Amino acid sequence: MNPVVRVRDLVKAYPSGNALDGVSFDLEANTIYGFLGRNGAGKSTTMSIITSQLFATSGTVRVFGEDPYENPRVLGRMCFVRENQKYPESMTAAHALRAASLFYPGWDHDVAEQLVADFRLPLKTKVKKLSRGQLSAVGVIIGLCSRAEITFFDEPYLGLDAVARQIFYDRLIADYAEHPRTILMSSHLIDEIAGLIERVLVIDGGRIIMDETVEEATSALTRATGPTAALDRLARGHRVLERRTMGSAGALVFHGIPSEAASETASHAGVRLESVGLQESIVHRTAAAATATGPELSPSSMEGALS
Amino acid sequence: MIEEGRALFLQIAESIENSIVDGSLAEESRAPSTNELAAFHRVNPATAAKGLTMLADKGLLTKRRGIGMFVTAGAREKLRAERRAVFAARFVEPLMVEAATIGLNAGEVIAMVKDRAAAVGAQS
Repeated sequence: MNPVVRVRDLVKAYPSGNALDGVSFDLEANTIYGFLGRNGAGKSTTMSIITSQLFATSGTVRVFGEDPYENPRVLGRMCFVRENQKYPESMTAAHALRAASLFYPGWDHDVAEQLVADFRLPLKTKVKKLSRGQLSAVGVIIGLCSRAEITFFDEPYLGLDAVARQIFYDRLIADYAEHPRTILMSSHLIDEIAGLIERVLVIDGGRIIMDETVEEATSALTRATGPTAALDRLARGHRVLERRTMGSAGALVFHGIPSEAASETASHAGVRLESVGLQESIVHRTAAAATATGPELSPSSMEGALS
Repeated sequence: MIEEGRALFLQIAESIENSIVDGSLAEESRAPSTNELAAFHRVNPATAAKGLTMLADKGLLTKRRGIGMFVTAGAREKLRAERRAVFAARFVEPLMVEAATIGLNAGEVIAMVKDRAAAVGAQS
């Protein structure tokens, strides 16, 4: 495999602490990635550094094998849709789209026109007068229509209603199917994008804690409900992430999948087994990762991460 | 053993199998393409492709170069046989477990099955 993006040991230090603390991962060509993690985990910082809009303190980034810094050969092949994109004061949505169409050689005018209609985006209104959702629509249109080989969407859905988000997801799948490319999308609406993405990258506390396929992520954990005695037998040897009990019955979430024989025994004892969805898996594993590095995280730094 | 929340590509493969079994997707006809499946089920095309590949590996679909995937002749009967083989384990066993829990014996269940079968037969 020949990755289109290679990130190694990326550190971004601020006086208040490290926003990135040794981030390494690869992005393969023609794959849609979900870039997930809590607020302040380092998602936007990582994307900004890859697209050369921010400097790393240390570490390396290679895009198509080259250093992206002031490198038009690779920067023109990437599109970064920022969550808080700023536009010049007097610009209208029409201007913003036109500017993007000039910058990206693969720009699709027809799809852009269709999306403007679908999102009911007012083209003549000044960008600063647009609502949060309309601003996001501008970003989504630019991200999709640029057809850049590598596209970064940073929380592209902010302010978009459920109908508009579905339009975005449907158009993304349709366009990606016709024009495969690499897409890295950060999102907190994990279950909403679970079907769209092939791989998940989860960042927490400035480090990558998960880098796997969606299937691997959703088959990593098991939820078992039933009589507690049978649950305890079943979970023996597995790392338990959550345990809830009510009388003599309970529910467990644990790492791994029990063997066929163990599952059989448990189910005869009245235990029901389920896989755990992507969003919940990530919540459990993020919490587990935080506990593993627990002593380093003081309550005050947690507050910082939440803001 | 895990029944719920199965992988998306399995669900997609199963939806195509269902169409083959109920005859809505006829043998020798063209199966939906990767992109059609991706758009319909709102999933990544790679996931849809994996579902199709699985069916091709099972011999239910046949690839015709440049045109797409087609339902193999005999696929319907093959699937029906496969499902008959697991019918007892998949449907009858949980039925009898529930029957035992609420105190119904096999005879009573059989009577109910006959009763329902007659009702369904009258409807169709």
